[in-house]
Amino acid sequence: MTEFLTAALGFILAMLALGLVSILRGPGDADRMMAAQLIGTGGIAALLLLGAVTGVPAATDVALTIALLATFASIAFVKKGLPQLDADEAGSTEDR
Amino acid sequence: MTVATILEMVLAAVVLALGVWTIAARETFAATVGYVAYGLLVPLIWVRLDAVDVALTEAAIGGGLGGVLLLGAAARLRPSEPATAAETPGKIVRLSAAGASVMIAAALAAAVLLLPDPAPTLAPAAVANASATGLANPVTNVLMAFRAMDTMLEKVVLLLAIVGVWSLASDRAWGGRPGPRHQAGPHGVLVFLARLLPPVGIVVGIYILWTGANHPGGAFQGGSILAAMWLLVIMAGLTDTPAVGGRWLRLVLIAGPGVFLIVGLGGLCFGPAFLAYPLPPHAKPLILIIEVAMVSTIAVTLGLLLAGAPERSDQG
Amino acid sequence: MSFALDILTIVAVSAGAFFFLAGTVGLLRFPDTLTRLHALTKADNLGLGLVVLGLLPQAGSLRHGLKLVGIWLLALLAGATVSQLIARAARQSGSAR
Repeated sequence: MTEFLTAALGFILAMLALGLVSILRGPGDADRMMAAQLIGTGGIAALLLLGAVTGVPAATDVALTIALLATFASIAFVKKGLPQLDADEAGSTEDR
Repeated sequence: MTVATILEMVLAAVVLALGVWTIAARETFAATVGYVAYGLLVPLIWVRLDAVDVALTEAAIGGGLGGVLLLGAAARLRPSEPATAAETPGKIVRLSAAGASVMIAAALAAAVLLLPDPAPTLAPAAVANASATGLANPVTNVLMAFRAMDTMLEKVVLLLAIVGVWSLASDRAWGGRPGPRHQAGPHGVLVFLARLLPPVGIVVGIYILWTGANHPGGAFQGGSILAAMWLLVIMAGLTDTPAVGGRWLRLVLIAGPGVFLIVGLGGLCFGPAFLAYPLPPHAKPLILIIEVAMVSTIAVTLGLLLAGAPERSDQG
Repeated sequence: MSFALDILTIVAVSAGAFFFLAGTVGLLRFPDTLTRLHALTKADNLGLGLVVLGLLPQAGSLRHGLKLVGIWLLALLAGATVSQLIARAARQSGSAR
């Protein structure tokens, strides 16, 4: 069981790395904003598996923290440090 | 070569590559994204090394709050970026900087790799003396009891940092509100998230503070999460940054080191030494009171540090 | 009984890893930002859910299991809202080009 979980963890980490390569290479800023989102799910999965493999139950607390802080970082990325968020109004996009 | 070793190599390679990319990135925004990604991945290494308290702090500070700080700085620096780009240091300066960095990294690596095995450490003594306070988490014992002086002085350092940031305000904005007024569409997605997430975040932050007594956690990590939730509400425009001249705000800012100092002086008056706690049944409530004061101070201080120097006078 | 639980763990975690693979392949192969965002959010959230499902039998206590499910729900909420914001930002910067 431990070997299987370790292998799954390594696989998910490799997927995370590939995803990061693709995102960080992306041509625009919008592509890079996805990085925090990617780590927010992939990193949490990896951390939960790591907690099960190494027998450290407190890893779920770290996963909880990362979930919250990755969301916070994603929002900061979308705002790009500016006070305004033009693209946010519910009816402002042309999807009628 | 076991699966665990391969895992560790993959993890180390990913983090190192991310670090190199962050330094080599051309645009500021890209580098900031790389830095936040790095800060959110290093906790995996810390958990692998069984240092969960450090992992919590790294995720909170390095991942979330540090990245937001850099983004705000990058946004402010954008008007002056062409001028700074024209001033790139010459090749000799950059080569010497690279050389100095490599030598320091080599010295650190040598120091770590040449440690005697088993490395000299006080960790077993800290674990063995947990009965001094009745708390089971050895890290909390060290922070709050054995090296409590350091923790108290760190909170004073936070206070000095805030004073430093505030001193950047212009005369007109002195005592006013930090940063611009954030705005977001009142029926938009951001406001929805800023209404739904902070209650969960506050519960998690208090939980991490509470569980720090016996499991990894503590006041600093909990305070960082609370600060992040407060900043989220500010970034969605649901509330404005507080005026830094406010009396209640300043009271909260000094509450952490203040309560610590009072307990320390109590130890001097009623006990054997400064910051000496009473015997185990009574030590834990005292430590809890100190931690509650500290978490409020840390949350407000970190939030204000990220909000920046006052820019708008209080009437505006 | 514990054998059945172990089988559940193996199947669920494998399925979760497969969804992570699908999400990453989508991320690498899809042509533009919006489709890549879709691949990332949907596949990875489902992958995380299956990994959590697989780890539930291995959890030490009910509290730990509830914490795992709570993390997944939090990731779902964050993924849904943040991907909306990123998509709008992408559309904004795309139309402004």
